[in-house]
Formats: sequence, C-alpha cells, structure tokens
Amino acid sequence: MKKLLTGNEAIARGAWEAGVKVCTAYPGTPSTEITENAASYSEMYAEWSPNEKVALEVGLGAAIIGGRALVAMKHVGVNVAADPLFTLAYTGINAGLVLVSADDPGMHSSQNEQDNRNFGKAAKIPVLEPSDSQEAKEFTKIAFELSEAFDTPVMLRTTTRVAHSQSLVELEPRQEIPLKNYEKNIQKYVMMPGFARPRHVAVEARLEKLMEYAETCSLNRMELRQRQLGIIASGAVYQYVREVLPNASTLKLGMTYPLPRKLIEEFAGQVENLYVIEELDPFIEDQLKAWGIKVHGKDTFPLVGEILPEIIQEKLGSTYGQNKNEPENTESSDNFLHIPVRPPVMCPGCPHRGLFYILNKLKLTVTGDIGCYTLGAQAPHHAMDTTICMGASIGAAIGMEKARGKEFARKLVAVIGDSTFIHSGITGLIDAVYNKATTTVIILDNRTTAMTGHQNNPLNGRTIKGEATKEVNLPLLAKAVGVDRVVEVDPFNLTELETIIKQE
Amino acid sequence: MPMNETKNILIVGVGGQGTILASRVLSTVLQKIGLDVKVSEIHGMSQRGGSVVTQVRYGQSVSSPIIPKGQADIILAFEKLEALRWLPTLKKEGIILINDQRIDPMPVIIGAAEYPEALDYIRSKVKNVLVINALAAAQEAGNAKAVNIVLLGLLARHMNIDHSLWLETIEETVPAKFLQVNLKAFEAGYNTAENIANI
Ligand SMILES: Cc1ncc(C[n+]2csc(CCOP(=O)(O)OP(=O)(O)O)c2C)c(N)n1
Repeated sequence: MKKLLTGNEAIARGAWEAGVKVCTAYPGTPSTEITENAASYSEMYAEWSPNEKVALEVGLGAAIIGGRALVAMKHVGVNVAADPLFTLAYTGINAGLVLVSADDPGMHSSQNEQDNRNFGKAAKIPVLEPSDSQEAKEFTKIAFELSEAFDTPVMLRTTTRVAHSQSLVELEPRQEIPLKNYEKNIQKYVMMPGFARPRHVAVEARLEKLMEYAETCSLNRMELRQRQLGIIASGAVYQYVREVLPNASTLKLGMTYPLPRKLIEEFAGQVENLYVIEELDPFIEDQLKAWGIKVHGKDTFPLVGEILPEIIQEKLGSTYGQNKNEPENTESSDNFLHIPVRPPVMCPGCPHRGLFYILNKLKLTVTGDIGCYTLGAQAPHHAMDTTICMGASIGAAIGMEKARGKEFARKLVAVIGDSTFIHSGITGLIDAVYNKATTTVIILDNRTTAMTGHQNNPLNGRTIKGEATKEVNLPLLAKAVGVDRVVEVDPFNLTELETIIKQE
Repeated sequence: MPMNETKNILIVGVGGQGTILASRVLSTVLQKIGLDVKVSEIHGMSQRGGSVVTQVRYGQSVSSPIIPKGQADIILAFEKLEALRWLPTLKKEGIILINDQRIDPMPVIIGAAEYPEALDYIRSKVKNVLVINALAAAQEAGNAKAVNIVLLGLLARHMNIDHSLWLETIEETVPAKFLQVNLKAFEAGYNTAENIANI
C-alpha cells in the first residue's frame, strides 16, 4: 500500500520497519516530527532527551547492548552531540545506530546553515542523503544494515525540503529483529588511549571498505542520457535537476561520504561538461578536485541558501534545458517590493509578551537564548542584545559582567526558556554561582518547548508518549546549585514583574 | 490531462488558518485518483502567525515538490495580502481564489508599513480572480473555524474531480464531531454564488 508521508514520517516508519527498539531526540526543526511519529508506534521506546548529547548517549547504550537505535536532531544539535559521536565512531556499535541530521539550507527556522556532511567526514562515518519520502524510508532501513555490516554509526542527512515534503511511500511490515548478543569487550568499548589507538586503525580500515562499498551499492546510480551535460547531485537537488534538466545525464549519489571515486571518474569520462550541484558547501566538489577531476560547482552555484529549481533553470536552463524560454510570469516580482513581510510573532496570550515589554521599557542589556522568546528581539519589543545558541545566554551575561564590571551587571539580564535551561543552561548557571557573577537570570518557564511545536519536557511532568512522570523543581534546582535569591513571578502580573526586575 | 503534464496548486495563508488540513484533504483526493503527488510545506514557525505556503504538485510522475515561478495553475489564498505576495507564482492563464479576509502583519500593526490594496491590484493583473467571504460562509455552516473547508470547497469546484471523493476524504480526515459542520462548509464553498466568468 502506498501512503503520502513527509520525509520525517517516512524515517519513523523506516525505523519501525527496520525493527528499531529505541528512538531518542531533542526537538528541533526540521527533525521534530521524526520522533513524534516514532512515539506513535507501540513497539518502539521513544523519548525526548534533555539535549542531543544525551539523546545520542541513550541511543549508543541501546545499540551497544544489542537493540537498534534511531537518534534524531536538527543540524545544530549535532554540534551538541559531537562529543559522543566522534568516539562512537571508534567503538562501533553492535546493533545498528542511525543518527538523523536534519539540515536547514535557507535557514527556514535556524540560527545558521552549517552543512553537516562535514561532520560525517570528520567523524569518518558514512552519510546517506535521501531525495524524497520513499527514499527517506528506504535509506533509513539501508542505514541500519550498513551500520551493522560495517560496525559504524551512520548519518542520515536530510534537509528541510526532504523532511517536510510529502510524497508517496510504499509501506511494508515491521521486521522483528532479535536483540543482538552482547559480549563485554573493553578493548572495543572503553576508549582510553591504549585501546583507542588500535580502534583508530580499525576506523581507517573500515573507511577503505566503505569506499569499495560505495562503488557498487544501490545508493549511487549513474543515469546516462544526453552526454553534453553531466550532473552530480544528491538529496532534494537531484529531484530539481530531474525537473529542470530532464535530458541531462546524472550521477545520483545516495551516499555522499565516502565518495565512489571510480564511479565518479567513469561518469566524468562519459560527459562533456560536468557539474556538481549541491547546497551549501562544495563538499563533493572539493573531493573531485582533489582527485584531479575537472568540474564546475560553486563557480556557478551559490554557497549560501537553498538551490531551488529556479536557480538551476537560471544557471543551466537556457543552455541545456528542454524548455529554453523562461516561464511566463503573471507579474515580475519587482512590483512586489512593497509587500509587508509577515514574520512569526508571539501567540496571543503568550506569557513571554509582558516580559519583553518591561525589558524594553527598562532599557536593559539582554543576553538572549533560543526559543519563542527570541521573537522578543523583533518589533515591537527589540528587547534582546545577543542570541547565539541554546544555553548561551547565561555564559554571555557572565562574560559581559567580567569584562565590564559589577556596575554594568546591574542593567544586565540573561533570558532563557525552560527547555533551553534544561538543555544547556544549568551549566551556565553553575558557572555564574561558582565564579561569583551577580547578573540576573530570568527563566521563562512556560512549561513547554513551544518554539518547536509544544513538546513535553522534563519540567512539565509528561513524557513524549504523554505519560505522567516526575517534574524538575526549578526553584529548588537553582537553590541547590547555590543561587541565593530565587524569586518566582507570574509573567501576567506586569507590575510585580517590573518591580522585581528593578530590584534585581 | 496529457500524460506528462504536472499540475500545480499553491495554498497560502497565515499560520493558524488551517491551510495544512485543507492541503491534506486535497493531496489525499489526488492520490485516490491514482496520481503521483508531491507536497512541500514549510511550517517551521507557522504556529506563530507567519506566512504559510503549501505547494501541491500532481501528475503521472512528479519529481520536484516545488512549483516553479509562474507555474501555479491555481492559487488558493486564505488571506488577501498573502494572495498578493504569491501572485508571481501564478501562470498566465491561472486562477486565483481569494478569501476576503485581512490579517494585519506586524509591520502594519506597528505602523511601519501599510496594508496594500491587494484585491484591486490583483484584479488589474489577473483575469481569473474569484473572491469570497469564507468566514461568513463558515459561520453560517456553524463554525468560524471551518473557513479552511469552505475554501477547499471553492477549490474543488475548479477542479475536475468527482464530488463524492471530496466528501469521503473529508469524512476520513476530520474528527467525527465536526463532520457535519465541515460537510456544510464544503458545500458552501463548492456552491458559492459567485463565479469567475461574472467578474
Ligand atoms: C542545539 C539545538 N537544538 C535544538 C534547537 C531547536 N530549538 C530552538 S528553540 C527550542 C526550544 C525552546 O524551548 P524553550 O526554551 O522552553 O522556550 P519556548 O519556545 O517554550 O519559549 C528548540 C528545541 C536549537 N536551536 N539548537
């Protein structure tokens, strides 16, 4: 049976079909729905972890002991999970472990647009890139096979367009996979220098084998058509190329690390003009150039943002396209420069609104963080000075105080959401106490992870499946790490809120 | 429909207006008639009143989920300003169906920008325009929230697909307790008195 699924739904389905036991994640657009969907299958355990590092650690525990694990996060989440990832690449996994990295070219909802294929290369693990929902499901299953065959974590890299587009997917039954046997093996799983050195050798040998696999695997596919133009592409861009340049020969790469050198050289030899079309970094292109293959890429296509079909049309359509005329537009976009933008805003009744009104009124310096409250930086509030990454608000405020002194800190506050505080704010708060900072920290506890669509979190007493669980007591936590003055304020009581912020 | 032709429908609105449910019914109907369907929906921050856009493409075989500029056969706009914003996506002979509703974006609320005369401009540029008051129709059907289904009905009227298939799919998609209201809302949109030739 075929069903219309988003890429994210398809990945969850693929994990289920692949007999996965444990799914973990910290929410982040465009990855969130993977684990929301995984939680709807009763055969799989699923959790919202407090952050991506813990998510990967829970996943690796499951895999080492013998159960397949899917770990999902947005691209910047991999920065947080990088520490376990790089060493997990050394230990290998036992049962399959797949890390989904959902990248966001174009920054539809992110603070940067880093290209996480670089992480695959740096950690020396294979990277698969599906181009639609059917492939998202298939590649998830292949990734588990690959993970076990080569004893390595595998990265499944999607982008917003793949994650959030829907296409038809053939559904298959779940394959029940018995837990793998676990044998204690400290040389393999306890990474201290003496044991890690031979593991690094094993990693390099594994990479050699993966390169051989890449040459012949079904993930990479050469499609010869007209020889005048050859295009190497992966992910969503492959689909755009098929649409805009249906006659071009293509080398579709489902696995972008490691790359199949012989296959690429063969393809290059078959076509007159070779282009790599890839979003963000010249990841494939650089490798081709290192191998001495003559290729166009970033000399023609942008390094920044998405490469949408219209860009491919613009760059190559008139020379190579089927349809050489520009499509007839109703109206050129020049006339539309005066259309007011419609940025997202805080919801009516959002408890964050009043706070930013007051912060703005008091003209404070505000180190911000990531969440709905980041919208406080926009009109009409303009009440934020910095936003870097999750958890940075507290550290940034400490740094400002240490550079400018205690007097400055009287007009300085760090603002952080509840989920973000649990994710990576606690350590900053401990730093503030330990190193005697005096700055005020405001935790906006709306008892939900709102920005990414209202997920449960450790503060609201509900698990991902909606079951009741313990909740963290924030005031007690703050006192326990040594914060002397902890005040709870109702954000809807603006007068009290203002008085208390002034006092601090 | 010729074998290889891909048709394009763009659904635009403001986060919270229910565009996503409407596009889900539409894409399911298309799937039921045996077509390949791709839908692209960017909804990163759509819950917070930003612009939302759903692109629906269908045909014998569809590659890209993204509608090229100037290639939309139909634009279904839940809000006037959004209709204007996405006008460049419309085909020369394309149809634009607009809900006569104004939702001020932040720059207008704070006085940094003016809400443009969207309908006049669109009418001056496009022949096939139809504007309806879907909110009034939804209220009449029994629930203001059914605006999305009224507009879906309006869209259905401009597509050559069996009427009963729409009803069946709505029944499968919406919760049972809202079914009657939604069916009424659909009919209101489908049987709207206005039509394109009259304008
Ligand atoms: C490392 C990382 N992981 C995930 C995200 C995605 N993300 C942005 S804000 C946010 C949660 C915010 O929740 P909270 O702090 O409770 O604030 P709220 O939105 O509820 O106001 C998440 C998960 C991110 N930007 N960076």
